[in-house]
Amino acid sequence: MSDAASPAYPTRWKRPPQMVTSRFWRHALTIGALVYLVLAIGTVEVNWQRVMVGLERGQRFVAGFLQPDFTSRWRDISTGLIESLTMTLTSTVVGVLISVPIGIGAARNIAPAWLYMICRGIIAVSRALQEIIIAIFFVALFGFGAFAGFLTLSFATIGFIAKLLAEDIEDIDEAQAEAIRATGASWVQVINYGIQPQVMPRLIGLSLYRLDINFRESAVIGIVGAGGIGATLNTSLSRYEYDSAGAILIIIIAIVMLSEYSSGYLRRWVQ
Amino acid sequence: MLSVEKLTKVYRTGDKALTDVSFEVPKGQVVGLIGPSGAGKSTLIRCVNRLVEPTEGTVRLNDLDVTRLRSGELRRARRRIGMIFQEYALVERLTVMENVLSGRLGYVPFWRSFTRRFPGEDIAKAFRLLDRVGLSAHADKRADALSGGQRQRVGIARALEQDPELLLIDEPTASLDPKTSRQIMRLIVEICRERGLPAIINIHDVVLAQQFADRIIGLQAGRVVFDGGPAMLTEEALTRIYGEEDWTAMQQSAAEDEAAEAEERAEAKKMMRAL
Amino acid sequence: MTVRDISAAEAPIWHHRTPAGRLALYAGWLGLVALFVWCWNLMTERTMWVFVYDAPTAAADLMNRAWPPRWSYMERLWGPLWDTINIATLGTLLGIVLAVPLAFLAASNTTPSRLILRPFALFCIVASRSINSLIWALLLVSILGPGILAGILAIGFRSVGFIGKLLYEAIEETDASQVEAVAATGASQAQVLNYAVVPQVLPSFYGISVFRWDINIRESAILGLVGAGGIGAQLQASLNVLAWPQVTLIIIVILGTVVVSEWVSARVRHAII
Repeated sequence: MSDAASPAYPTRWKRPPQMVTSRFWRHALTIGALVYLVLAIGTVEVNWQRVMVGLERGQRFVAGFLQPDFTSRWRDISTGLIESLTMTLTSTVVGVLISVPIGIGAARNIAPAWLYMICRGIIAVSRALQEIIIAIFFVALFGFGAFAGFLTLSFATIGFIAKLLAEDIEDIDEAQAEAIRATGASWVQVINYGIQPQVMPRLIGLSLYRLDINFRESAVIGIVGAGGIGATLNTSLSRYEYDSAGAILIIIIAIVMLSEYSSGYLRRWVQ
Repeated sequence: MLSVEKLTKVYRTGDKALTDVSFEVPKGQVVGLIGPSGAGKSTLIRCVNRLVEPTEGTVRLNDLDVTRLRSGELRRARRRIGMIFQEYALVERLTVMENVLSGRLGYVPFWRSFTRRFPGEDIAKAFRLLDRVGLSAHADKRADALSGGQRQRVGIARALEQDPELLLIDEPTASLDPKTSRQIMRLIVEICRERGLPAIINIHDVVLAQQFADRIIGLQAGRVVFDGGPAMLTEEALTRIYGEEDWTAMQQSAAEDEAAEAEERAEAKKMMRAL
Repeated sequence: MTVRDISAAEAPIWHHRTPAGRLALYAGWLGLVALFVWCWNLMTERTMWVFVYDAPTAAADLMNRAWPPRWSYMERLWGPLWDTINIATLGTLLGIVLAVPLAFLAASNTTPSRLILRPFALFCIVASRSINSLIWALLLVSILGPGILAGILAIGFRSVGFIGKLLYEAIEETDASQVEAVAATGASQAQVLNYAVVPQVLPSFYGISVFRWDINIRESAILGLVGAGGIGAQLQASLNVLAWPQVTLIIIVILGTVVVSEWVSARVRHAII
């Protein structure tokens, strides 16, 4: 019991490695990461002269952001804004309407296998491609302007809503659908009675969330010609009109924050 | 020696948690603090190391007025007060050894604790304490890989690693089964005897308190309503502390644990022999 | 009774609406339809319907021209692809470096000052989040000139908000009793962070970072469209000369990269959690 009788305890202790236990792999990973970092940073070419000029431009941008000019380009800004907002709303409505049947078809528990495969395929294609790449194609097919943007956002909405809707349907309380099915209801009736009431509030919530995302995206796809406020922003930046660009950015941030706040509020109210 | 004088705590909501609490704990005394839930037991022991700021009154630890310390001095005072928690409060994702060594944090500069390079004597002490609580084989395991009883032993080792002059123990057995509870209580009391450590054990189980504490303090609605030896804790005194509560249920469960206790005592002896 | 009637009659029951509420609901739907029509008209005001009607022919034509992809162009894509991965990785690292201190300032349980630094950190996070990385790139290219640097900064600035938000939420969810226990040993503020808070948030931190890296691979692939380097620059160049077979190849490469990065990120996150 006494200290004298007790064995000598070690005076050194090293924390055992937690994630990679093999010594070899730990060193290999560290060296690999370091080599990669050196190589990657090596590829960054910085033209310091250009950066010095840029710093001066950066100051002008900050000044433009702090003293935004809403008036001199107001016509362009308002056209872009109206295009963005209308595009956002119409594409969300159309996208959601199309997503509902696809989402139902992509739910494993209610759709037949062949339909499931088709609908999952559509969702995969819609999700794999960036909005901006889709926009490039739609602009090539349908010409410049808001219509191509509308199609882009609708297409992207389908992948988003249909996937989440399908997952919701797969997660529903089977007992309720089962009870309806036991009464001898048809497939449509099962969906109407057993599934719709459970999924509806979530669907409304998702649609509002997507409305939010669509607005953010509508500010971007204008860069490739699909209309909206992004096109206006692109023009003003390429003309180095930082005070107008600042105004547009402030409008975008304000609308995003407003819509995030209000859609959060609406979602809580619906659910 | 710890002395608490006229300690009062009023929460910002206006709730009066403690009213004029005064007592002294001499060296080596194990005090069981009992009372119904909401009586202020937890607030009282947290006022001693100022995890909760007392509203009025003083707390003196060996002539140091804890209530008057500024933040740096308070940290140095906290090093001298070990604390053991209800839900163990180990840092689950750190190893057992790191948890024990965290008892030295107040003594080492940041860079040493950050690189885990603690002084050799701290590490040797941590190994000795882990041995003492019967966990020497588990030093490199992560804390969340241990059972409840083992985690509480790590908690005890962490508090002792501080070389404390006082132990504050908050419901040490609340999340343990009856058998493990007794083992833990026995371990705590043994350690206090070995080191002549005073301790305040906040405990809801009256039978355990009576069995292990040298002295019982009963709190009721923030006031001390009983202060005396375990033998003085009569039926009448308990009714004063707990009101209309029924005692027989608690005592019955104690009788049921009797068998478990015999077994556990044998184990404790084995452990003592091993040391 | 038709199916339509049932659903309409049932709607008020899930929402617990009174007859007046039901009326409001109908009015709401009607309002939405009217709003949709109005927006549709506004939006299509300037649409050239000739192009739209012509779209099927245009699509067939495009398919003809875009297929097969020009595989030989691949040798000119390895460099930009390497740049794209570097933009994503270095940008994510930059985002992490900026986001970690912001997250600790923004979390209500670790912030050193509730009145000044916390609102400031929250504002940085919100501002970064509401600007798309492509817009960041547009801005930075205009300021710094085209190149990888603008891309890295754009990805980094966008990642700050994402990582910062998720990380500060994770910090706010840490177990307070572990923090209390470490503070009770007499540890300093920095030591409490190091021993009690950091171990608890580390798994979510790794998860968030890898997740964001995966998203950044996708985003960095298109930053070149506005001149911020990477494979998107090649896309832009090919689009400018209407070299559709090259465009097809680039999109195939982007899709492949995205699939691989998604797989890597899923594997890493699985290994951590």
